[in-house]
Amino acid sequence: MQRFTLPAYLALKEIWRNRGRFLLFSLVIALITLLVLFIAGLGMGLANSNREYLSKLDANLLLYQEKSDYIIAASRIALSKVEDVRNVPGVADAGPIATSLVAIELSNGGELKVSLLGVDPGHPGEPEVKDGQQLNPSGLDEVILDQNVVLRSNLKLGDTITIRSSQGTDYKLYTLKVVGITSGQAYTFTPSIFVPISTWEKTRTKSEAEISHPSETTNVIAVKLNSNKQIEKMKEQLDQGIGGVQAATISTAIKNVPGYSAQQSTIQTQGVFTLLIGVLVIGGFFQIQVLQKVPQIGVLKAIGTSNPVVGLASVIQIVVVTSLGVAIGGLLTFLFSLTFPPNVPIVFNGQSSLIAIIALLLIGPIGGFVSIRYAVRIEPLKALRLS
Amino acid sequence: MSEIALETKSVVKKFKSDSGDITAVDAVSLQVKTGEFVALVGPSGSGKTTMLSMLAALLQPSDGQILLDGQDLASMNDARRVAMRREKIGFTFQSNNLIPYLNAIENVEYMLRLNGRLDKVNRLRAQELLARLGLSERMYNLPSQMSGGQQQRVAIARALIHNPTLVLADEPTASLDTERAFQVVETFASLIHENKRAGIMVTHDLRMVQYVDRVLQMQDGKLVKIYENQEEIQSLARGIEKTPDKTVN
Repeated sequence: MQRFTLPAYLALKEIWRNRGRFLLFSLVIALITLLVLFIAGLGMGLANSNREYLSKLDANLLLYQEKSDYIIAASRIALSKVEDVRNVPGVADAGPIATSLVAIELSNGGELKVSLLGVDPGHPGEPEVKDGQQLNPSGLDEVILDQNVVLRSNLKLGDTITIRSSQGTDYKLYTLKVVGITSGQAYTFTPSIFVPISTWEKTRTKSEAEISHPSETTNVIAVKLNSNKQIEKMKEQLDQGIGGVQAATISTAIKNVPGYSAQQSTIQTQGVFTLLIGVLVIGGFFQIQVLQKVPQIGVLKAIGTSNPVVGLASVIQIVVVTSLGVAIGGLLTFLFSLTFPPNVPIVFNGQSSLIAIIALLLIGPIGGFVSIRYAVRIEPLKALRLS
Repeated sequence: MSEIALETKSVVKKFKSDSGDITAVDAVSLQVKTGEFVALVGPSGSGKTTMLSMLAALLQPSDGQILLDGQDLASMNDARRVAMRREKIGFTFQSNNLIPYLNAIENVEYMLRLNGRLDKVNRLRAQELLARLGLSERMYNLPSQMSGGQQQRVAIARALIHNPTLVLADEPTASLDTERAFQVVETFASLIHENKRAGIMVTHDLRMVQYVDRVLQMQDGKLVKIYENQEEIQSLARGIEKTPDKTVN
């Protein structure tokens, strides 16, 4: 018991009697925490803005046009192939996903750019609504809104929306009725709205050529399998069974969203460098502190304090100061996050925040390792020679 | 008859240097009895601090034996020497004596805490000891709120509270003015005698030896003179050179 109580007594007494200095340092750690959590939140927010719709898809695979490099916008598949896919043994269901970019004209005179996603009602690709109802296959003027659209506009269930899309060199307005609202379904940094594929074909942004020669195509096909244990086998089966397509898992699809991987690796690099700076700052602080305390540690050892007690006292001190800093930083981050408007792509979720907090708690002992080692190696004779 | 608390037998300490071995302490043999207060004096470089470091189990001798309560410090491993420092030795230094973030009573109680003996009775003893040293009003003051003399008195209380066999003081008056220096050494001496501990004080200030029972004089690493006669010791303290009682060969 004394093996812990004595070091804890020394560590806590020193912190309490020098609380101003230690609090100041905890605040430095709090600022590092704030920065790390914001970077983690920004990474998560940007990732969500890119992949939210894809990651929530009720599907195991996406079928792309062959040689489209898994880029959804570059892929074109004939709509007739959707039925072929549904007939492949092992496939539970399949549905087209067609993408375009349009603007919603808001009542205040502004506009909101959204991803217009065409789906087959009742099939993979159509998100589940949390309010209202799913799309009706025959309801050509119906639309489901992503809740990000609701947050950025005053739209609600039952409202009609006006979307504006370019048709060749002109633009046209289309009116749709809001029948359902889903959870967040952002896609390529824009909130999404969902319409039946036939409505999509009519309302999507088109070139002059596409106006005069309409084509029955979709970008990709979402495939739900009977069993998610045979994904690799089914990938091969679909690649070979359906001509001109290539299958990808949802994670491959997300990684190949243009810019996604580069953006995430940039954010992660920033996070790692911030943690490294934290290690250096904490290491520097405790090293300077130990250097100032050499005679004092020498006296402690000279009067019979063992190395484990001195070492553990240093560890406890570092852990307490770091934990306090991380707690203050976490609280500050939470308070700041309450002030963010919905269009700021910062998302704090449990997992990424927990990983960041664990990393922050570890940088204390890692940064302080050198100082702990130094403290343990101080010769008690220093008490005599430096006194 | 008093027991022998500390005995050294032909203790040698050599340090390596570029120009060969330097003998800092050369075959020193001495005895200190329980209840005896001894001064270790000598010019700078005479080996008295090295000797004190070995007696305090802070430095291993190159040769010889140091018997504290009959146990040889020279043959102990590091952990055992730490335990001996904790249980059997009390220590005061020139300065920076106290743990700066503990107040006076906490500094004294730290030795009890270290030895797992912090209970109500011993807490009361610590308070009484500080009161005996005139620090009743300073018990809850941090070292930075006390004068040098007060800090030295707290250090003396800390050195004695766990009833060690041997109490060592390294230049305890070095950072004090003359009046405070005499007070501190006088108090130290009386507590050594009252509590029947063996005490050794290293000092370069011969005026302070007036309170000790014996004076051991070192020169060039050797114990060259032992003053046992109080008249001689008082003369030494007054700066009047006398013939030594005994010459150690």
